[in-house]
Amino acid sequence: MKCRTCREPAIIDLPRHNANFCAEHFLQLCRRQVAKAIHDHQMFTEADRILVAVSGGKDSLAVWDLLVDLGYRADGLYIALGIGEYSDESRGYAERFAAERGLVLNVVSLREDYGYDVPTAAKATGRVPCSACGMSKRHLFDKAAVDGGYDVVVTGHNLDDEASVLFGNALRWDVEYLARQLPVLPARHGFPRKVKPLIRLTEREMAAWCVVRGIDYIIEECPMAAGNRHLGYKEALNSLEEKSPGTKASYYLGFLDRMAPLLADLAVTGADSVRPCARCGAATGVADEHAVDGEIVCAFCRLVERSAAHAPVSVDLVRKKSRAERRATMEVEAR
Amino acid sequence: MKVILRNPRREIVIDGRRRVHALLAELDLTREGHLVIRNGTLVPGDAELDRDDVIEIRPVISGGA
Repeated sequence: MKCRTCREPAIIDLPRHNANFCAEHFLQLCRRQVAKAIHDHQMFTEADRILVAVSGGKDSLAVWDLLVDLGYRADGLYIALGIGEYSDESRGYAERFAAERGLVLNVVSLREDYGYDVPTAAKATGRVPCSACGMSKRHLFDKAAVDGGYDVVVTGHNLDDEASVLFGNALRWDVEYLARQLPVLPARHGFPRKVKPLIRLTEREMAAWCVVRGIDYIIEECPMAAGNRHLGYKEALNSLEEKSPGTKASYYLGFLDRMAPLLADLAVTGADSVRPCARCGAATGVADEHAVDGEIVCAFCRLVERSAAHAPVSVDLVRKKSRAERRATMEVEAR
Repeated sequence: MKVILRNPRREIVIDGRRRVHALLAELDLTREGHLVIRNGTLVPGDAELDRDDVIEIRPVISGGA
């Protein structure tokens, strides 16, 4: 296989582009796709201070690398979620990435700073781990951005992430979520602007970016995420993609072009309905607020109060085995 | 060839030469969900893998969304 651009040996085939690329021209393609997403959706400018939500995985490190590579000013924030060895390892990848490039990485620890971790929060609140994790991260990234004077929070959501969420929302015809599934969430009343510059690139392309750029990232899947619904949606979409390359891009980018504008009125519903949390002062949306002893308390503070009072719970008590783990076990047993 | 699989990490040995897409099909793995890395370098679907190669098949799907 030859690179479409220079005819040198290719290192990757991208069926959705009906093309193969050498390392240099693959990186160029990725830069162009990110620049186009930033430009088309007016995500930010060179003057903005950017905070990247960093997990130590391929997407967050790739987007941080891409933004710095494109000339933007971007710091990182890593949240230590307390998911056993997985969190320890992922933090190491994030810290090494930042240190090797002279970048600023801020760290917040759920256990040290708030007295809980994700497995304990899942057990204490009866939420699935991904729900407790997602809520904690959203609150803390918002808080860090507002407190730190950042203009925008960048997340590493890629095309596969967005297509799978769209697929799930469409399966349930959840029109309010559909209306808000946009690459830019504008700043409002104490919430920072949030953007997703990787929406035009797939997970495979982001992993390849990391390999080509020599970025070490945590490859192992989060033990809490095993068997979650979005993984199933991604597998289903990848099955379609194999048969018909370009399906994921046309599905999600077509949604942005042709469907999202029709839902625009729904997207702003409730946008101004926020009040300050009596505990932490953070802006609280109607959906998240709850009265405790007559005061409005945000969902995060309620989660902290219940989780910090609970005895620590180990990862193994709340995790499911992934399909790959079950398959590996069967392989061993079959020998 | 030695093939390293992930999630969880394990190694298997495959006899004979294979093209990348044939190896993925044999292991019932999707191209869209994996990268194939030979001795630290990415290789495309039609690359031929030799008996002495060390191959990593790296899954790319992560659960967060």
